[in-house]
Amino acid sequence: MKTLYDKLWDQHVVWSSGAEALLYIDLHLVHEVTSPQAFAGLRKAGRALRAPQRTLAVPDHNVPTTSDRAQGIADAEGRRQLEALAANCADFAVPYIPMTDARQGIVHVVGPERGATMPGMTIVCGDSHTSTHGAFGALAFGIGTSEVEHVLATQCLTARKSLNMAVTADDPLPPGVTAKDLALAVIAKAGTAGGAGHVIEYRGRAFAGLSMEGRMTVCNMSIEAGARAGLMAPDDVTFAYLRDRPCVPRGADFDQAVAAWRGLVTDPGATFDKEVTITTADLAPHVTWGTSPEDALPITGRVPAPDTFPDPAKRAAARASLAYMGLTPGTPLSGIAIDKVFLGSCTNGRIEDLRAAAAVLRGRKIAAGVGMLVVPGSGQVKAEAEREGLDAVFRAAGAEWREPGCSMCLGMNPDTLKPGERCAATSNRNFVGRQGPGGRTHLMSPAMAAAAALTGRLTDVRKFSMVHQWKNS
Amino acid sequence: MEKFLTLTAVAVPLPVLNVDTDIIIPARALKTTTRDGLGAMAFHALRFDGEGGLRDDCVFNQARYQAAGILIAGANFGCGSSREHAPWALADMGIRCVIAPSFADIFASNCAKNGILCVTLPPVAADALARMADGARFTVDLVQQIVITPAGGTVAFHVEPARREALMAGQDEIGATLARVAEIEIFERRRAQAQPWHVSARLDVV
Repeated sequence: MKTLYDKLWDQHVVWSSGAEALLYIDLHLVHEVTSPQAFAGLRKAGRALRAPQRTLAVPDHNVPTTSDRAQGIADAEGRRQLEALAANCADFAVPYIPMTDARQGIVHVVGPERGATMPGMTIVCGDSHTSTHGAFGALAFGIGTSEVEHVLATQCLTARKSLNMAVTADDPLPPGVTAKDLALAVIAKAGTAGGAGHVIEYRGRAFAGLSMEGRMTVCNMSIEAGARAGLMAPDDVTFAYLRDRPCVPRGADFDQAVAAWRGLVTDPGATFDKEVTITTADLAPHVTWGTSPEDALPITGRVPAPDTFPDPAKRAAARASLAYMGLTPGTPLSGIAIDKVFLGSCTNGRIEDLRAAAAVLRGRKIAAGVGMLVVPGSGQVKAEAEREGLDAVFRAAGAEWREPGCSMCLGMNPDTLKPGERCAATSNRNFVGRQGPGGRTHLMSPAMAAAAALTGRLTDVRKFSMVHQWKNS
Repeated sequence: MEKFLTLTAVAVPLPVLNVDTDIIIPARALKTTTRDGLGAMAFHALRFDGEGGLRDDCVFNQARYQAAGILIAGANFGCGSSREHAPWALADMGIRCVIAPSFADIFASNCAKNGILCVTLPPVAADALARMADGARFTVDLVQQIVITPAGGTVAFHVEPARREALMAGQDEIGATLARVAEIEIFERRRAQAQPWHVSARLDVV
């Protein structure tokens, strides 16, 4: 009796000492920020890449998102890092998508949409949101740069097996409530360290009812619950998404793969080391109030009083969070004024995310004084959105329509908050300074971010009538 | 990698919950292509005020902790981003050991690759050590798996045997894996037969 994680693990063990295993890696995604030191290490040791054809590189973290970027990047450090990635990929024959390529985008958006991500794989990247790819029933997790070098040189990783954790939600999501709200509710319940040492498998109808985009949103946020990886069993939704994508095998090879992938499920009777259940029938849209992703509450709630937390360390953390966020206990979350809206990131930069936000914004104007950035997760997402006319909806509402990249998720490219600015963000982290020094982040879904843009305040998107018309994602 | 056997050093206390790697080293400092010099930007949001002045209330700015080699931290230390720049920044500050009630998984792994010892202690024990800090010197002995307090008391800890041996040996992990190349090749051949779609899936047609 094995869990999905047990099966994925067992299928990739090259060698094991019991406590440690050498795990084979099927796909290694590479970006510009966490790889230069790894390539430098290879050069220094005179080592080659074991399997360049299992490696895919694309710059995303520090690229500007303005249309003039094709003319060159003003920031010398950022430019050097991009040049280093290009040179390293050329020297080591790594498949590489440059910034100016129509397929460029955030590595966790590009991998799945090109079909490089497939069920049953092990996938690593020097980025903690590699957990995204678990949505396909792949064991996918973030690694450090020393491990990037290890995988480049050996196509393997020394790893310790994690424990199994199940997060179960059986009821379908109510209208206006999305994968992001579910992810935030999970983190609020489990805690930001709740999944530490574990791999999470998401189970039940609430998760199975999500599109691939929604599943990616949920798995992406697994790391915010402390779990290195999140998983969902692949099913017909997964296989339909994958069919005919560029890297996915065709014809008989595809059929044979699907037949094998159908076995990637947790056996009935397999047990988990930890279980968390989420009630979704009355789930409300969630927003964060503090500086940890676990600081999430329904939009109908109020800023909590630090003294109400039983753990003294959490009380101290909450006091510091509220001071940083400039919030007073008891304030209704709905109504907190914002300055900026960021729609994008590897969490919520996919086509369904843009559709959900556009459905709220269509025919309306964002509030005076609010700036909104819409950053598609990839060139492919951007092209699709433009075919559907979503860019026109965003522009007409008063938002900026940008080029693909990580953008304002992490404050290492020109898109940052100014000190004290408050942002409704669809990204994944509300850490101190994450979106720029002194910036204040409230995490939420794309639809909620759009509602905040319209009113200039954190707002329950269910007040807008169209929420019954769009599909949950 | 530098071996870790024992370390005697001043310990700096930072008993704060969920210190993330963005706090340890902010993203704007990650535009480097080397591992060096990151200490200057370490804990930037804690060390500097909004005008760029040093904050006196920050332990990292206080004279008694300037020579610190040990950091005593709160639970879930190193959560968030996988950036190995976090342990590189700690190392650049002179920190070779972090003691905390718990660590985020990727951070702990990254520390091990850089010869930084993560010591997990129960919250009460970690708190007690943090209160003893005050510029005094502790010894962390990985051979015996004990922390010796400034007053000479001992606190036992446990590090997973494989990780402990690697730290004590300063092991070249890539070299060790490359010594198993025959097993990797066998795995690749077996897999290509059982799951041929892995061979036909090509990233160069991405």
